[in-house]
Amino acid sequence: MNIDIRPENTPPGLEGAGFFATSIDKVVGLARANSLWPLPFATSCCGIEFMATMASHYDLGRFGAERLSFSARQADLLMVMGTISKKMGPVLRQVYEQMAEPKWVLSMGACASSGGIFDTYSVLQGIDRIIPVDVYIPGCPPRPEQVLDGILKIQELAKNESLRRRHSAEYKEMQNAYGLE
Amino acid sequence: MMNLAEIEIPWMEEVVEKLRHQFDSGILHVEQSYDFPVVVIAKQSLMDVLLFLKNEPDMGFTFLTTLCGMHMPEQQGQEFGMVYQLHNMPQNRRLRVKIFMPESDLDVPTATALWPTANWMERQEYDFFGFNFVGHPDLRRILNMDEMNYFPMRKQYPLEDLGKHDKDDAKFGR
Repeated sequence: MNIDIRPENTPPGLEGAGFFATSIDKVVGLARANSLWPLPFATSCCGIEFMATMASHYDLGRFGAERLSFSARQADLLMVMGTISKKMGPVLRQVYEQMAEPKWVLSMGACASSGGIFDTYSVLQGIDRIIPVDVYIPGCPPRPEQVLDGILKIQELAKNESLRRRHSAEYKEMQNAYGLE
Repeated sequence: MMNLAEIEIPWMEEVVEKLRHQFDSGILHVEQSYDFPVVVIAKQSLMDVLLFLKNEPDMGFTFLTTLCGMHMPEQQGQEFGMVYQLHNMPQNRRLRVKIFMPESDLDVPTATALWPTANWMERQEYDFFGFNFVGHPDLRRILNMDEMNYFPMRKQYPLEDLGKHDKDDAKFGR
């Protein structure tokens, strides 16, 4: 079988005999993007689709995100998958606060993104009401291909954001808007 | 298919007779709902009836399957109700006990002394309907968030709450 293994594209830089020079942003971005440690916050059917995404058919390990972290302190990608009730809101927020920078948040499915069909008194109408979200995946539930697409979008963010973005006034303002420190 | 309402419950008459004999006017109404005997009793007799059903040897309803609240706004003066579903396991007999009360008086004696399992069930009914279970050891909300300041299962809210601000209408085309 002919397996097409494509290495990561070399970032733009200066190359010569025995050396390669590029900016530290690009190198760190590559490392971060291809070794994401996701924290699965799975509450319902989207979590089942995520399990399929992790399993051999779709194999999230191909994208360097094989190692799930069930400790928020070691994770850098929070994947919220499923209905979040208002009572669970503070728990989700605490998990987010426990994660170290850099951190990204992926909201999977209609419920996590908007409350979905649960337009009711007990359900949080989208997790972006309590924590900032980087990528939304639509669907009810989304197929594993869509989850992979969402992860790739997160990788693009990780690759292309400046190392200093997390110290920027804009980022701090966004965190403050959510009442986060 | 068999009509469940026509099923004859051989022990029903005997049990009801004993209840009537013991409590007389405390038993307000007896009916059969499908294959289930239902006894509606006065609220002040509740604890005595439950105790009798549980402890009397020839009753033997020792197991509280579930309990739940009801809100029927169209029943003037009897808007709220509680249902206790009991099970006599050795003889496989099931019985439903109901009480009704007006909205102004939602005090209900707690069943936790008879069945510790009633603890969380009563917390749930407090949470959703606002019953005040007198004597309950720990009457707090159990499923909803503690900050909630209303009782969501009461039938007094519009189906689509126009005063709801947590859904972004612009995104949903409403």
